[in-house]
Amino acid sequence: MPKIKPAKGAPYARILGVGGYRPTRVVPNEVILERIDSSDEWIRSRSGIETRHWASPEETVAAMSVEASGKAIAGAGIDASQIGAVVVSTVSHFSQTPAIATEIADRLGTNKAAAFDISAGCAGFGYGLTLAKGMVVEGSAEYVLVIGVERLSDLTDLEDRATAFLFGDGAGAVVVGPSQEPAIGPTVWGSEGDKAQTIKQTVSWDRFHTGDVSELPVDSEGNIKFPAITQEGQAVFRWAVFEMAKVAQQALDAAGISSDDLDVFIPHQANVRIIDSMVKTLKLPEHVTVARDIRTTGNTSAASIPLAMERLLATGEAKSGDTALVIGFGAGLVYAATVVTLP
Amino acid sequence: MAATQEEIVAGLAEIVNEIAGIPVEDVQLDKSFTDDLDVDSLSMVEVVVAAEERFDVKIPDEDVKNLKTVGDATEYILKHQG
Ligand SMILES: CC(C)(COP(=O)(O)OP(=O)(O)OC[C@H]1O[C@@H](n2cnc3c(N)ncnc32)[C@H](O)[C@@H]1OP(=O)(O)O)[C@@H](O)C(=O)NCCC(=O)NCCS
Repeated sequence: MPKIKPAKGAPYARILGVGGYRPTRVVPNEVILERIDSSDEWIRSRSGIETRHWASPEETVAAMSVEASGKAIAGAGIDASQIGAVVVSTVSHFSQTPAIATEIADRLGTNKAAAFDISAGCAGFGYGLTLAKGMVVEGSAEYVLVIGVERLSDLTDLEDRATAFLFGDGAGAVVVGPSQEPAIGPTVWGSEGDKAQTIKQTVSWDRFHTGDVSELPVDSEGNIKFPAITQEGQAVFRWAVFEMAKVAQQALDAAGISSDDLDVFIPHQANVRIIDSMVKTLKLPEHVTVARDIRTTGNTSAASIPLAMERLLATGEAKSGDTALVIGFGAGLVYAATVVTLP
Repeated sequence: MAATQEEIVAGLAEIVNEIAGIPVEDVQLDKSFTDDLDVDSLSMVEVVVAAEERFDVKIPDEDVKNLKTVGDATEYILKHQG
């Protein structure tokens, strides 16, 4: 039997650069209050959110991704032509086919990099990072670009007081490449499909051409509503706070890192109350820097972790070489947690 | 051994104190979690989960909204504890 020659990968993988893009338009709670019966105080106390960014028509999923990726590539000190694969995690790119990753790979000037989209909701960054690590170590790509990008404002029902204030838009990207030392720990990840109904789209796309259109939900002006994200807030809160704290602890244990060794905690930015509660349950020591980018960014799903990472590094609250615990969780329900060395 | 009403109130008082910072002695049977004890709907989820662990009960989300007062919660736990 002929022998198949395997690819030659790197001993380990690491995040070499991170970049973010936040849309120009900043939306304060006052704007949200024009459409729902609520208050700035309620929104701040229940979610921590003060402002979020909403993308303009020009700030497309591809355009925001290209901006964020450009910074990540520059930070990594490589050329776009060296990128072997582009993995894009998004739930708000509204063309079913082709994948948006191919356009992004082309616009960045990669040399025909492999490119594809994944759908893993708010755990998308961790899923993409895990794929990237595998590719670098196995040898199918030397450098992998992982992008989390969302225009969740397109999937928000601004008349639904339970969700209107939560979501924001933006893109975050990292370059993953070879390393001589381990710099991305084991991923603790999984799915709980029995809870699929707790975060979902109000109506599926095919409802627009099958069944009775007159049964679709309408807004206050009688127009058929575009699908939006809806959730069982308290069920998700309970799961996030208690089950995800366990997963975060497992990721620390798997990496052999104690919370005393930890410098930074970057959980998915879903709600500051979830973040505070996780910090308490995990008993993180005072010296650990905790990302609370949610306040001015809202929940940007797959983009939230790289956006928060970029901001902590930019403000100096975290520094290159720090050990960070990252955990994403959301619709699926799905989750992914790991320990990384910051770029 | 199942907890008595008194033990449950004392336990809830400790939990509410830990989560919302309310003095233990303020946590009385007739007190409303949201109106009197500064426990909002999300803190209530935390109170419920802490109570589940402490008293070995399951309190599903659909029952949580019926637990308006410390008395409601105490009665629920008395009836359902394992
Ligand atoms: C969305 C969330 C902030 C809502 O908080 P909540 O406490 O569950 O809200 P509820 O719908 O139970 O409402 C609680 C009370 O506030 C009121 N309320 C709800 N939305 C309101 C609003 N926007 N403004 C003012 N009051 C509001 C309700 O009427 C209710 O009042 P009542 O008790 O007098 O009836 C919270 O559930 C949450 O963040 N969950 C996690 C969701 C998440 O992060 N998902 C993404 C994971 S990827």
